[in-house]
Amino acid sequence: MPDGLFTASPDAVVALMCMALATYVCRAGGVWLMAHVPITPRMRRALAALPGSIMVSTVIPIGFKTGPAAVAALVVAVLVMMKWRKDLAALIAGLLTISLLRALGF
Amino acid sequence: MPETAARRPFVSSEGLRLGARLSIPFLPGIVIFGSAFGAAAAQKGLTLLEAVLSSAIVFAGAAQLVSLELWRESWSLGSILAITLLVFTVNARMILMGASIQPWAGSIPGRILWPGMFVLTDANWIVAERYRREGGMDVGVLFGSGILFWVVWVIVAVPGYVVGSLVEEPRRFGLDFVMPIIFAGMCVPIWKGRQDLIPWIVAGAVALITSVLSPGYAFIVAGAVSGAVTAAVLPERSDA
Repeated sequence: MPDGLFTASPDAVVALMCMALATYVCRAGGVWLMAHVPITPRMRRALAALPGSIMVSTVIPIGFKTGPAAVAALVVAVLVMMKWRKDLAALIAGLLTISLLRALGF
Repeated sequence: MPETAARRPFVSSEGLRLGARLSIPFLPGIVIFGSAFGAAAAQKGLTLLEAVLSSAIVFAGAAQLVSLELWRESWSLGSILAITLLVFTVNARMILMGASIQPWAGSIPGRILWPGMFVLTDANWIVAERYRREGGMDVGVLFGSGILFWVVWVIVAVPGYVVGSLVEEPRRFGLDFVMPIIFAGMCVPIWKGRQDLIPWIVAGAVALITSVLSPGYAFIVAGAVSGAVTAAVLPERSDA
């Protein structure tokens, strides 16, 4: 656990405030924009594809960088989610997979 | 809807309470995800105060988790800009969510609307969309749901942080890998059909290549933007 749990570095607070501002711009921006600018079908498709693209772009490189046990855990999480649609079950199955494979030396 | 129902959207305290009540099924997920963020933040070396501050003012799970990948001990202007851009990219979906509720929520007074939009999340957006489809006119449902999520989200970061950082060997239990596993699982409900296939392949390929070629985490933004641009350039599928 880092020292000084109840302190925060001034730089970190600035970073967090910038992150919060960027997030608020996203939260309020769509409401503001829709009152002023029509969203074209092209723009709509781009924004609709963004969340999935972010997930894929995060998971694939981190999986490959971490190793075979990690890739197996990601595949198991996806399969469990496809079968039961339960986030918690997918998380537990993924954690069990990676810890088991790591225990076996992968 | 009874004929006496108001035809113009409004905000009431009954709506706030209804929104909170409609949110109860989401709470287990919020507790797990919110405490997972606390645990991951402890792992990345944030102080408890910094972790709770992130949950309180950023209040966006995926963005908070991804931002940990760019977290550092000392900050430059460049690294602050990079993490801000990353958070913006992760949360850009909220622009579309906001746009979709604008015809409904946009007509309430700005002094309620603009502070209220601070609590927009995926979960209360879904709660409000469902309520609105049934003819509901009380925008308080959106805000009441969001306020409940905010309170729970901020509280559960604390036990997540403390318990996560108390685990002796997080790697042994895969706890260093909680975030990617959650993300992989989240790909399934986000998948909307075959129109996602090519954008996702492009996103994954560009991200993977970028991660090999350049250090750091630029690969997330590069892959995500490539996927979105691909979706915009492709013709719309009528059979999807």
